[in-house]
Amino acid sequence: MTGSPQRERDSPFASSAIYTLETLHMTVAIKSVVPASSIGEAPLLLLLKLRTFIALFAVLIFFSFAAHNFLSIANLLIMSRHVALNAFLAIGMTFVIVAGGIDLSVGSIVGLSGMVAGGLILHGIPLGGYTLYLSVPVVILVALAAGVLIGALNGVLITRLNVAPFIATLGTLYIARGAALLSSGGETFPNLTGNPDYGTTGFPLLGSATLFGVPGPVWLLVVIGLFAAYVAARTPLGRQIYAIGSNERAAQLSGVRVNRVKMTVYMFSGFCAAIVGLIISSELVASHPMSGETFELNAIAAAVLGGTSMSGGRGKIGGTIVGAFVIGILSDGLVMMGVSAFWQTVIKGVVIVAAVVVDQVQRRVQQRFALQKQAATGA
Amino acid sequence: MNAPGSNSNRHDNDAGFDDVILSVEGVTKVYPGTIALKEVNFAVRRGAVNVLVGENGAGKSTMMKIIAGAEQPSMGRLLLDGVPVELASSAEALRHGIGIVYQELNLFPNLSIAENVFIAHEITRAGIDIDADAQRAKVRELLKRLELDVSPDTLVEDLRIGQQQLVEIAKALAHDARILILDEPTSALSAAEVEVLFQVIADLKSQGVSIVYISHRLEELIRIGDYITVLRDGRITGHQPMAQVDVPWIVRMMVGRDTKDFSRPIGHERGAEVLTARNVSLPRKGGGFLVDHVSLTLHAGEIVGIYGLMGAGRSELFECILGCHPHAGGEIVLAGQSLAGKPIARRVADGLALIPEDRKADALLPILSVGSNMTLSNLAAFARGFDIRTQQERASILSYIRDLAIKVADWRLPVSSLSGGNQQKVVIARALMTSPKVLLMDEPSRGIDIGAKADIFKVMRDLAVKGLGILFVTSDLEEVKALSDRILVMSNGRITAEFDAAEASDNALVAASAVGHRTGHGTAPQPGQDGHDGHDRLAAA
Repeated sequence: MTGSPQRERDSPFASSAIYTLETLHMTVAIKSVVPASSIGEAPLLLLLKLRTFIALFAVLIFFSFAAHNFLSIANLLIMSRHVALNAFLAIGMTFVIVAGGIDLSVGSIVGLSGMVAGGLILHGIPLGGYTLYLSVPVVILVALAAGVLIGALNGVLITRLNVAPFIATLGTLYIARGAALLSSGGETFPNLTGNPDYGTTGFPLLGSATLFGVPGPVWLLVVIGLFAAYVAARTPLGRQIYAIGSNERAAQLSGVRVNRVKMTVYMFSGFCAAIVGLIISSELVASHPMSGETFELNAIAAAVLGGTSMSGGRGKIGGTIVGAFVIGILSDGLVMMGVSAFWQTVIKGVVIVAAVVVDQVQRRVQQRFALQKQAATGA
Repeated sequence: MNAPGSNSNRHDNDAGFDDVILSVEGVTKVYPGTIALKEVNFAVRRGAVNVLVGENGAGKSTMMKIIAGAEQPSMGRLLLDGVPVELASSAEALRHGIGIVYQELNLFPNLSIAENVFIAHEITRAGIDIDADAQRAKVRELLKRLELDVSPDTLVEDLRIGQQQLVEIAKALAHDARILILDEPTSALSAAEVEVLFQVIADLKSQGVSIVYISHRLEELIRIGDYITVLRDGRITGHQPMAQVDVPWIVRMMVGRDTKDFSRPIGHERGAEVLTARNVSLPRKGGGFLVDHVSLTLHAGEIVGIYGLMGAGRSELFECILGCHPHAGGEIVLAGQSLAGKPIARRVADGLALIPEDRKADALLPILSVGSNMTLSNLAAFARGFDIRTQQERASILSYIRDLAIKVADWRLPVSSLSGGNQQKVVIARALMTSPKVLLMDEPSRGIDIGAKADIFKVMRDLAVKGLGILFVTSDLEEVKALSDRILVMSNGRITAEFDAAEASDNALVAASAVGHRTGHGTAPQPGQDGHDGHDRLAAA
């Protein structure tokens, strides 16, 4: 028994062999001195890692019994539409949080980009005696550019002027919302079907089009979700975002262009928010200056629920999307069950806090597990 | 379990209990999955310096934590003055007169010395109102005992690191510590500060305080220690009065083999000038210079050591060369190209790489994997367009793990799971992956064990032979003499001497490192607003 560490170290086998030796070592040498709490940590860890998925299936199963018609195709499609909106914001938010920041301005960007699109379609751009109307694709590009611009403003404030992200984006939250209200004097831009004479028709299609019965925004979520997951996992940019969130100064000294990466992250978040603004306006065929209010909180909640750490460096796009689904299904399901809106709010809060608590538990279990692995190598 | 009689370390029992203040008997410490200490017997002798050595992971810090009450033994017991004690916490150990000064100082820079010494044990009137005068008086007395000539109201952030260490010792003494554990107390100290510390240790000893002294610096141990205990793999491999041992014996007990050869390889030519600094200067806030018009040259294939004290401006010089301070003056030329106006990222791409002194704060990405830590500086080389070719990345990671002998089970493990020496190797791998022309190494051997140190020195040698220029900073005389082709001495922001390695003597080096060095505390730089903002921002993020 006392010779077993030596044997491990001299072992010519690869890590798989070490693992079995290690378990052997554990059961023989340690059981007598520590309580047998360490049993079955591998499956436990797996369960904890998949917790967001498990939560998703739990809410799905629960509501399929509790709410009538919950699992009907029509309802699932409606829900995925709702989820998609939050998921777009949450994807952008995940990058920002992983890089060690926060973006409170996304809800206001939703409102502003919708108003930009609505204004351009309805009123065009007055040029002296003439009015310039843009075609819908151009309108969409301009509205997206507005979102990216606010994101760039966030980035400049944070990287060049050293404003804390919370404060910088709190400021732009008010600025963008104010701009949205100013654009119409607080009024809604109604009836955005466009005028065939000016070539401004087709805007409602963005929100209402379907492909194989699945709404366009859901397809768009698939595209953007895959793109974001790829960027996070497989590109230098993604790796550098994680590095900055883990230790900004180390990243800087290692030659990462920290400011550039942060600018990119905030601009992408603004871009995602602008997409949401466009989709909402298109679905409603109207844009309202207060649209998107408090959306930033739902986005943060989805990211956190999906395992993103608020202190940066940790988080996955897949997790965030699943998190957005959990939140979306939870609120839609509760509505269908007829639970009061007040209770819904309480339940949402409980779920978010519980998610973070479970996250901490996982971290602890994982640490213990890593310690054991390390012991197995004799390090 | 085994009978104590089968253990080879019998001398503890033979020595008699009169001069033993604390004894550790048959202590085993089990962490989940690993046994850190195996039936260890260790005696702390009254009024003596009891040295504890061992490579990283040998169990030194576990032993230290058990004595200090921060960890409890899984088996075995502690005897204090012959009476069994259970130390459930550090606070309880302190009540028993056992104090500890950790390597990473636990001070509050924004509070005064007196406030730090009495933190969480404030002298109060009626349990509410802090009696600042009483605290000040007590601290003044302690500082006098430690020969630290500063006011108790001085903010800790205005003290040099050696002085801060003395404040930590004062903290322990304020609780009438009879046993004082010092964990690597000299790792951040200059030669002069080490002398002060040793004087303090000698004084404490004569006042009857027992010292447990942990360090990697072997010469130092021989000098200061009365008894030495060597740990390897959680067992005690040697325990002797210091008078009977020498360095090769210690190394043999620690690593199970003789010391590695640090000697210089012969006969490789130095190449063209690869780095030139002209009049590099960095103003200090509130007047003067942190880096005072420094000029130096470095050739390809050359190792230049910069010897000097903490605060001599060595790290700041490296930061200027790397471009961390856009307002720094002077000119840096890398392989014939001026680096003026280039940001850090460009300089790294052009062939500069820094191994920072403070691994945790400036180099490691603790959450990320060993592999991601290694390839961070060189992601562009693995990417085709937008896509990281994971096969190539993986191959490169594995080859560096092999070449640098990094002990890690899986490169996907978080880097924080490695020992200090292996973490340092990961940081070096990150620098080497960029194929740098010049390597800037700031205290490359700080806080790592002797085996890893030897590995790293060998790597430096090999790189120089391959034509890299290496500029490294150290406060270790042996190290600077053994490794350098040429030695520069820095003091108070200036280069005060230059030696060929062959002709440098200890005295000349130490003398040059003390030229014009500040001794007072009043001139310490006021922390600027910028620095604070930066920290706050990082903390908030």
